[in-house]
Amino acid sequence: MTGDIIRLFPEIVLGVSGILVILFAPFVPPRRQSLLGWFALFGVVAAGAADALTARDPGLAFGGSVSADSFSVYFIALFLLVAGVTILGSIHYLERENLPAGEFYALILLATLGMALMAAGLDLVLVFLGLELSSLSTYILAGYRRHDKRSNEASLKYFLLGSFATAFFLYGIAFVYGLSGTTNLMTLARRVGAAGGPNRTFAAVALLLIFVGLGFKVSAAPFQIWTPDVYQGAPAPVVAFLSVGPKAAAFAVLLRVFFGPLSEGSHMAFWLLWLSAILTMCLGNLAAIWQSNVKRLLAYSAIAQAGYILVGFAAGSADGRSAVSFYLVTYALMNTGAFLLVAQLAGGGEGRTEIDDYKGLARECPGKAAVLSVLLLSLSGIPTTAGFLGKFYLFRAAVDSHLIALTIIAVLNSVVSVYYYFRLIVVMYMEEGPAAVSTARLPGSLWAALAVSVAGIFYLGIFPSAFLEFARLTSNLLPH
Amino acid sequence: MLSPYIPILVQAIIVAGLGAAILGVSALVGVRKRSSEKLAPYECGIAPVGNARGRFSVSFYLVGMLFILFDVEAVFLYPWAVVFKSLHWAGFIEMFLYILILLAGYVYVWKKGALDWTR
Amino acid sequence: MKDILLLMLFPPLAGAFLNGVFGRRYPKALVSAIACGASGLAALFALIGAWNYTRFWSPAALPLRIGTWIRAGAFRADFALYYDRLTLVMTCIVTVVAFLIHLYSRGYMEHEEGYYRFFSYMNLFLFMMLVLVTAGNYPLMFVGWEGVGLCSYLLIGFYFPKKSASDAGKKAFIVTRIGDAGFTVGVALMFWTFGTVSFHSLFPKVALMPAGWDSNALTAICLLLFLGAVGKSAQLPLYVWLPDAMEGPTPVSALIHAATMVTAGVYMVARSNVLYAHAPIALETVAIVGCITAFFAATIAICQNDLKRLLAYSTISQLGYMFLGCGAGLFATGIFHLMTHAFFKSLLFLAAGSVMHAMSGELDMRKMGGLRHKMPVTYWTFFAATLAICGIPGFSGFFSKDEILAAAYNGPLGGPWLYWLGTITAGLTAFYMFRALFMTFHGPSRVPEDLAHHVHESGSKMTGPLIVLAILSVIGGYVSIPSALGGSERFDGYLAPVFFSSEHFLRTTAAHAPSGGWSGLTLMGFSLAFALGGVFAAYWLYLKSPELPARIAERFAAPYRLLVNKYYVDQFYNWLIVRPIRVCSESFLWKRVDAGAIDGGMVEGSGAVTVALGGILRRIYSGNLRSYATWVLLGAVMWIGYILVMR
Repeated sequence: MTGDIIRLFPEIVLGVSGILVILFAPFVPPRRQSLLGWFALFGVVAAGAADALTARDPGLAFGGSVSADSFSVYFIALFLLVAGVTILGSIHYLERENLPAGEFYALILLATLGMALMAAGLDLVLVFLGLELSSLSTYILAGYRRHDKRSNEASLKYFLLGSFATAFFLYGIAFVYGLSGTTNLMTLARRVGAAGGPNRTFAAVALLLIFVGLGFKVSAAPFQIWTPDVYQGAPAPVVAFLSVGPKAAAFAVLLRVFFGPLSEGSHMAFWLLWLSAILTMCLGNLAAIWQSNVKRLLAYSAIAQAGYILVGFAAGSADGRSAVSFYLVTYALMNTGAFLLVAQLAGGGEGRTEIDDYKGLARECPGKAAVLSVLLLSLSGIPTTAGFLGKFYLFRAAVDSHLIALTIIAVLNSVVSVYYYFRLIVVMYMEEGPAAVSTARLPGSLWAALAVSVAGIFYLGIFPSAFLEFARLTSNLLPH
Repeated sequence: MLSPYIPILVQAIIVAGLGAAILGVSALVGVRKRSSEKLAPYECGIAPVGNARGRFSVSFYLVGMLFILFDVEAVFLYPWAVVFKSLHWAGFIEMFLYILILLAGYVYVWKKGALDWTR
Repeated sequence: MKDILLLMLFPPLAGAFLNGVFGRRYPKALVSAIACGASGLAALFALIGAWNYTRFWSPAALPLRIGTWIRAGAFRADFALYYDRLTLVMTCIVTVVAFLIHLYSRGYMEHEEGYYRFFSYMNLFLFMMLVLVTAGNYPLMFVGWEGVGLCSYLLIGFYFPKKSASDAGKKAFIVTRIGDAGFTVGVALMFWTFGTVSFHSLFPKVALMPAGWDSNALTAICLLLFLGAVGKSAQLPLYVWLPDAMEGPTPVSALIHAATMVTAGVYMVARSNVLYAHAPIALETVAIVGCITAFFAATIAICQNDLKRLLAYSTISQLGYMFLGCGAGLFATGIFHLMTHAFFKSLLFLAAGSVMHAMSGELDMRKMGGLRHKMPVTYWTFFAATLAICGIPGFSGFFSKDEILAAAYNGPLGGPWLYWLGTITAGLTAFYMFRALFMTFHGPSRVPEDLAHHVHESGSKMTGPLIVLAILSVIGGYVSIPSALGGSERFDGYLAPVFFSSEHFLRTTAAHAPSGGWSGLTLMGFSLAFALGGVFAAYWLYLKSPELPARIAERFAAPYRLLVNKYYVDQFYNWLIVRPIRVCSESFLWKRVDAGAIDGGMVEGSGAVTVALGGILRRIYSGNLRSYATWVLLGAVMWIGYILVMR
């Protein structure tokens, strides 16, 4: 029992701190709401410590429905990183926008809890619960600017389409159960291995249903369609979280399900993954070229990034899977940082998000322009940044798996992406101001969040080895 | 393979058939006397006719939703009560934590003033 | 032990960081204190480390792996350092000279803009140089190699508003890049051939290659690496950047372009001695290129009137000596000369800087003369350095240069004509150095009126390091008194664990027997005679009858013009490479290929197609919820349908 609890310790810490935040919220005077942020951050750090603790005692818990292994430890650490950076970056934002703080942090913590359960869960029902917990929290967060029409629209769209997609996921679980009589991945793996295992076609159908549900979360084509509207409308710090956390969690589940017990069916689904990767990259990048709104541009970029990850996913080898894990971390650093900075620059009411608003920013605020440039350079995959190495590992895994055409398309796509990332940099550096975006000083907390992002980008871009070893461990999908 | 589900199928057919039969029979056999009272929906709470833009307190909805929330959660207590003894202390602690979490929500709602009618 | 050597790397990096990031707000005293403190600490650690290592450790190399850096397939490069006596000698030279030059710069740069920038770059340079000499594999060495190149570029272009300075920076960067390309290809080929690029696994592998092994690949590797060295150490034909590099502040010339960075090529060849020993053709190339460069640069130096440029050509020439020593198969002689040269050449530059300071930036020796009374300290230290570089007995250059000439004479790969060319160069060296000394400090003053009253001795901040370097220039040679004079060549003995097996291998396998015949004393006598001849000629021409040079120049107009114009090499390169490339790139590549085909056809074309496609594709993002839901449903149906159809 104690062992079970220790193996679920990060989740417990997250849940308890989420509840405590919401419990404290009404008691904290309105002017001291940032305290809640620091408390939530403390909760995240504590959960990180708990995560480290679980890493020392890996194993199954709660009747095999939860597994604490290198895979879950890695992904939970990733979610905590995203949550921590988002919380740090939102403290000032919430004050500026005069939004209630307690609910925000509590929802972030609960969403993180849901994602952690997705990564740690071995039972598909538990995974589903985690998915719902994180989804419901993010639906609310997307509409957090209650008096803003676009935020409401984003929330409603996300909610309706999200529930729609989740139904497919649930249907997939039902299929799995129908095929094998179990929803536990370990048991499923045993039954699939045994003679007279489930029908391959139906395994593939189950997989694809699950893929529809989770592909929606990762914005894989053709289920990416909601992304731009939601990312543009939702509050930018929420997007910082939303565009990374649930995506990574969904990829974690996809990795476990596709290459774990149902790998038989994933061979049949291979060409669909291949096509999906291509479509995702192209639909993201090509549409991004036209955008004049920074948030929308980054939304398309987020779609394209999911496409790159799918390239590694399609490769399917152990290298490909660890490249996916590695890239998710680099992607988390870049994208979270970019959206947080955009949130700050957009100014009160998020009024300034057009590309033209960034004219001449480099002259007025060289620091912010430089940070944003680093983030964009990393997103476009320029060497010495983490984005480059991440892409490099993804594409190399694809080449090693003989997916030459896919790799070529991916490389072409990243060339196209350079165009729109650089457009923003050019506007900041080459065009005459005055910049319309907010040029107020960066608050300390946001500064810290961006420092984490930028430092992480360079660290992973220059010294990837140690971390790569860690990511490599995640290619062990199921505990032995 | 699907044979265990046949009773369910049968039941579904019976349910659908029964509903159809009752509606059909009453439509065929029943006597219609139309009056404005009879064509109106069931009377309950709000006057069915009048200006749709009439204002009334949002607290109606809030309290209604909160009631349903807590009500649904309370349903979990019934199955728990049935197996309470075989669950021993673990079951007791788990339900205790569960109620504690509900209580946290309750405190939050209360402090936020969602139950405050006069506001 | 290991930690103190590792520790040595950090102060310069920290100093560079502090000054680079925050230096703008610091007072100058703090900036220089940080920079000098950092380099001083590095020097201290280097000396303690060297003492410790020599005292308590076996002379075997000490590889020190810190962490994994790059791993891609079989390719593997670690953060790994490599300590042996060669590394220690290099770290000591680099840090000590750097420390002295940092001290000197406090005074020299006092009134310059960008004080913090200068010191930040200098510290960064020191860090990169230390990475270069302590690296444990070629890729990491290449990081240092490029890093010092970058700092050199930044510091040459330090006065970047001046066009000639920024041009010189670019020139240095581009020319050395040609060599670096060779280096990179060489390392790649090395990995391809031997499967490793780290010193401690590569060297034994090469050393243990069976007899009769086909060494063509190794020869290619060595030649490619040497191409890198040619670029970095300014040898023929890539030396052209170094004279222009004198646009940088003088301490930079002293540190980077005389004492340390330019010697990186020599260090690299010496470090790779095992490879070169097994590729005698490449090693012979090293000797020949070095020898010819030494002679060639010395002849150019004869006719230079700009003091710093003269010293630059002299540096090229001396670097040629070092390569000659290494190439003759006696690597320790090259390193020995590297050390003494670091002392006396940085001293010469610093003294020249002191003169320049006094003369308000004037460097034309025709406008100097008679400065010795006004600047006694500068004069005496410059004089000591001149005696050292000319190889006058008792001064450091005498010991190291004679060792090299002896190596050229009877080293495993030596030969008579290498020796004679080297000896003649020694005479030329004495001539041009004493010419510089006489024109600058002796004779009647030719200083313009408006400058004359301004000429003064530099402050103690600058003269202090000069004196220390002068002492080192004098005594630096006594660490290795040649056996011909009854000494024991202790320096060579100290480095023997590094070089012994290669030198031994060369001796046993060398194609031709050493020239033999003359004893060490005879050789010394020859070179001394040539040196004294040079000194005397300079005395005759520039003090005794100063009208003579003009007459000679008139009489031999054609050769004189050739020398003054530095053999027209810059013009030749301009004509052979720069112009054709420019013409080709302007009229063909730019207007046709780039603007026409690539811009118009491919970029704009593909761009237009991409943009148009994007325009169509973005229409699916209509914002309509129902159509979105339809997309999701359609996608799901198609996906499932595919499986059901394809099963």
